[in-house]
Amino acid sequence: MGTSSSEIKLLGTAASPFVNRVQFVLSLKSIEYEYIDENLACKSELLLKSNPVYQKVPVLIHENKPPLPESLIIIEYLDEIYPDVHPILPSDPLIRADNRFWANYIDTKVFPLYEELRKTPEKEGKEAIKKQIMEVSQLLEEAFLKFSDGKPYFGGDKIGYLDVVLGCFLGWTKFVEKHNEFMIFDEVKTPKLLEWTKRIWSHEALKDAIPGSETLMNFYMMLMKYKPPRAA
Amino acid sequence: MAEQQQLVLLDFWASMFCMRVRIALAEKGIPYEFTEEDFLNNKSQLLLDMNPVHKKIPVLIHNGKPICESSIIVQYIDEVWNHKAPLLPSDPYAKAHARFWADFIDKKLYQIGRNLYTTKGEEHEASRTEFLECFKLLEAELGDKSYFAGETFGYVDVSLIPFYSWFQAYETYGNFNFEHECPKLVAWAKRCIKNKESVSKTLPELPKVYDFVQHLRKQYGIND
Repeated sequence: MGTSSSEIKLLGTAASPFVNRVQFVLSLKSIEYEYIDENLACKSELLLKSNPVYQKVPVLIHENKPPLPESLIIIEYLDEIYPDVHPILPSDPLIRADNRFWANYIDTKVFPLYEELRKTPEKEGKEAIKKQIMEVSQLLEEAFLKFSDGKPYFGGDKIGYLDVVLGCFLGWTKFVEKHNEFMIFDEVKTPKLLEWTKRIWSHEALKDAIPGSETLMNFYMMLMKYKPPRAA
Repeated sequence: MAEQQQLVLLDFWASMFCMRVRIALAEKGIPYEFTEEDFLNNKSQLLLDMNPVHKKIPVLIHNGKPICESSIIVQYIDEVWNHKAPLLPSDPYAKAHARFWADFIDKKLYQIGRNLYTTKGEEHEASRTEFLECFKLLEAELGDKSYFAGETFGYVDVSLIPFYSWFQAYETYGNFNFEHECPKLVAWAKRCIKNKESVSKTLPELPKVYDFVQHLRKQYGIND
């Protein structure tokens, strides 16, 4: 039950975990789409017009409707217009609210802390942020135990909302771990999440969306140039 | 559907986030109990148990289960009590559009507004500029409509209207006049208060919030 690719367009950039997230959902729902690559160092007219408020990717353009930015909003929209193939959000309002709570937590902590780590020049500052990141991963381990309830994913037997929301950060997580010589998910503190990362990393629908280390390194260099670390 | 429900709201009178939840509950005509938290000085054990991650209000406790984060709570209320006064539109695109603006309000207004009464100098100036830009965007989004979604009071209105009670504080510490900067929004706010009992009964008086902000500044050790 594919859709024609002209119906859905996605403005994105390969290194953005927020774009990867939307691609993950499009793939899970077998939705065809046209991907329009953006160079964030030189944003196109289309992007600036499509997302005048934030000028960021991803932006979803569905048929002749006005463009829709913000990955979590896009995901809920896709789930509502294609409810029959691989539903992403649970139907129970309380579990749904809990999923939204943790998605909000993930988005206010994970990538912002990675960015904070990158921008902090001095060693002591970096150590303090690494500690915060590990506290976050500890909380996420507990959340995983609760949501998965012994099953392979946050969504249970099948990939769900939080698998998508957190799973898209795996490329950057590995990059940050390697670059900063510490483990964010490990066997001792977050054993279940570590297993989950391997499961997600190899999943059909995600493995093509997660950017390789060269793409991430190029993006990292761009960030260092345009949003340099604070002066020490 | 509407079996015996026990609803408790952990609340703080000046919090625009708590006001959102109270307005939503009032719109739906849902009875509930509320506990006023001594949020600044002495958070209750119940709050710490129900929201261990953020330790913040509002928290809605429904039959013993907590729901946290005001936008999430309002959506939850809309989904559970879906037979009356729908806050979100049913059309998926219109719904996404409403969520986008509520999310914008969440990301921007509180933190930048807070800078208006807690910072000085360059930081204050930058925050003032950004704050007014946000309101101009909201003014443009509202346009000539009665409410954000058109003729009916809804989700974006609920998200934004509580900030009106903070207008006197923002104007004083930001040194600007809302009527002058965004007249349509001021007219919209007055319309919400006039037409919606849920709003008029929930919003505290502007001078009371202003006094509270003065008190906050003293507590943070900020001098005039």
